[in-house]
Amino acid sequence: MQTPPTHPKKRKPFPTHIIVFLAPAVLIYTLFMIYPLIDSLRLSFISNETGGFVGFENYKTLFTNDLWSVRFWGALKNNFVFFLIHMLVQNPIGLLLAALLSRRTLRWTNTYRTLLFMPTMLSVVIIGFIWQLILSPLWGVAEGFMTFVGIEQYFQPWLGLENTTLPTLALISVWQFIGIPMMLFYAALLGIPDELVEAAYVDGATAWTVFWRIKFPLILPTVGIVGILTFVGNFNAFDLIYTVKGALAGPNFSTDIMGTLFFRTFFGQQLQLGNPEMGATVAAIMLLIILVGVLLYMVGWQRRIQTYEA
Amino acid sequence: MNRKLSFLLFVLLTALLVACGGGDTADTPADTPADTADTAETTDTAADTGSEAAADEKVTLTIESWRNDDLTIWQDVIIPAFNKEYPNIEVIFAPSAPAEYNGALNTTLEGGTAGDLITCRPFDASLALFDAGYLASLNDLEGMSNFGSVAKSAWITDDGSDVFCVPMASVIHGFIYNKDIFDEYGLTEPTTVDEFFMMLETIENDGKYAPLDMGTADQWEAATMGFQNVGPNYWKGEEGRLALISGEAKFTDPEYIAVFDQLASWGNFLPNGFEAQTYPDSQNLFTLGQAAVYPAGSWDISLFNDQADFELGAFKPPVTNAGDSCYISDHTDIALGMNADTPHPEAAKTFLNWVASSEFAGLYSNALPGFFSLSNAEVSIDDPIAQEFVSWRGECDSTIRNSYQILSRGEPNLENELWRVSAQVINGDITPEEAGQQLQDGLDAWYTPSAEAGKVAETAVAETDPNMSGSLVIESWRNDDLVIWQDVIIPAFNEHFPNIEVVFAPTAPPNITAH
Repeated sequence: MQTPPTHPKKRKPFPTHIIVFLAPAVLIYTLFMIYPLIDSLRLSFISNETGGFVGFENYKTLFTNDLWSVRFWGALKNNFVFFLIHMLVQNPIGLLLAALLSRRTLRWTNTYRTLLFMPTMLSVVIIGFIWQLILSPLWGVAEGFMTFVGIEQYFQPWLGLENTTLPTLALISVWQFIGIPMMLFYAALLGIPDELVEAAYVDGATAWTVFWRIKFPLILPTVGIVGILTFVGNFNAFDLIYTVKGALAGPNFSTDIMGTLFFRTFFGQQLQLGNPEMGATVAAIMLLIILVGVLLYMVGWQRRIQTYEA
Repeated sequence: MNRKLSFLLFVLLTALLVACGGGDTADTPADTPADTADTAETTDTAADTGSEAAADEKVTLTIESWRNDDLTIWQDVIIPAFNKEYPNIEVIFAPSAPAEYNGALNTTLEGGTAGDLITCRPFDASLALFDAGYLASLNDLEGMSNFGSVAKSAWITDDGSDVFCVPMASVIHGFIYNKDIFDEYGLTEPTTVDEFFMMLETIENDGKYAPLDMGTADQWEAATMGFQNVGPNYWKGEEGRLALISGEAKFTDPEYIAVFDQLASWGNFLPNGFEAQTYPDSQNLFTLGQAAVYPAGSWDISLFNDQADFELGAFKPPVTNAGDSCYISDHTDIALGMNADTPHPEAAKTFLNWVASSEFAGLYSNALPGFFSLSNAEVSIDDPIAQEFVSWRGECDSTIRNSYQILSRGEPNLENELWRVSAQVINGDITPEEAGQQLQDGLDAWYTPSAEAGKVAETAVAETDPNMSGSLVIESWRNDDLVIWQDVIIPAFNEHFPNIEVVFAPTAPPNITAH
């Protein structure tokens, strides 16, 4: 009987498989996300003139130098306006569309769903071009359409005026991306068990009450996700504004958001030379804003949400 | 068990692959240029030792450019002409969008993936590239002797010690108009500002056409086709430009306010909704015959020749009082330099020498009417509108855009500021005085004017270049005066400009109108 004694409690072997399974993701993520991120942060502590380490000097310039701070705060303000328009227009309308689509009595649901989701799949360059044409005071259909309805006196070159350009661009972006909150809400609404809804109807609830008292509380987690996706997306936004207004984000910087400010700073513009160090500083602030937003969401929203799994 | 194992193996392999793949991608940018450099070195050494013996080896040069409009001209005309002489140097013209060019170029230069030949923006932008070591010095390029100091001024260090791009062309500002519309209203080309606005008023009152065709959505036209186009007449060309650099003049001075005053009045004559009108919109509106006058850069000529089915005319920026001396923006705009890291320096220099030749000057000026060669070589231009533009060099003093030299070296960038305030003045959002104040405040924030800087800038020369060449034909009904022109007037002109041939070609008086 020379067989080794079996341990009463067999020690767990080292979990090699976990490392193996994690390795691809960790490697790819480190190489393409974490390393560039850290390197970009490093760049923001380096002087553009001397190439030496300057600590928080670039940040100080960004916040306190009049030339930089006016553009920075302007871009931040515009970015919040851009975000608010999305939150107040895109997400409620997305919810409304999802609620309508999830009604059993509605016909051609799939057709509507596809049509509403279509713009999301188009390139931003195409979206920008199409809307520039639609709203063009020279050849756009917008003015003709308004004349047809009899409200042509309200037509304005919206994409060119200082106080209308940013809201117009935000609404174009809403039009394009409305499909995403709609689909997320739609999926969440479909996930609500029928029993709950039917029970409510049996108890004599109206459709309105059912939506607000039963369905809406159940999709609150999705509302949070849509909110945070909108936030992250908007504070990283750049492409639509760059396509329509260029990196100088005119008129008079009224459409300048963090993304265009970063691009202009980092890469330069016409005769303005690029300044990678200050660009990295702007990027670091963008990262910080998004981090704070996501943290607020995690702490303030996600932890309080309870899910009612049926 | 077997399945489990094979799955694990699969995962491991994938991980390994990814890891290697990752490593590879990190290395690739370094690897590829090194590889090409190796092959290039063999080519180069072969070229050096055996000179023509290397004729079998093919070398490929890539040109970075922002002129994506010119792609077909390069592919169909310029590169084939070069290859007739040098069949073993393959040239690829690889342009990017104008607005993205500077940013993309800086990034590729930094990353070591830029092309062998770099199209140079004038002055500070290229100077910065040279100072950073990205552009090679071209002092020893033989072809450089074909260019005068004015031509080279945009691509030379401040102390004049190094020249780093071969000048290709300058562009001239003015106004292009629709002759049919002018005929319809019996209008003539305006020479003074008052005549200019009276002409616009006539067209505006009828309401059928947009009198002036420009938008402010893209902002740059307001500064380039507006401010820099009509401005030199107010600030007296080079005199005013140098005064800004040396600090003798400020943007708040009356001559600059007057320019903005004129731009502010432009707003009344632009198409409805010009605030949202883009540059392509303006081009289309004009070529569709719906607008009368187009504030132009001469580079627009070739597009208009292609697309407009009416007769074009051109007039130079109007002066304040009849008989005032006139100034035009004759801007050294485009040149070609060599990437200091190119693996094929000899081939690149061969190409640059060819670009400096008279053959290229003729090809380029005529393939792209509106880009006027800066070469000393005599170039005859066939296009009538381009001829008209270039003829102003003889009547007016030339200057370059005032934001390009020295004044764009700091933040806020003067060129960006000019775009912004010019568009705002035309939109009516700020007054001319506010515009001048904002520009000067921005400049004062970083620039200390100095007489020395003024001296440096002077090499970009106030006077028109006496070496300028070309030939002009004067149409006239004064056939009686033929001898006077031939014996007195033209020789007097040629004393100043020996390289411009002028031909006085009169017809009999009743016939001139038939033209």
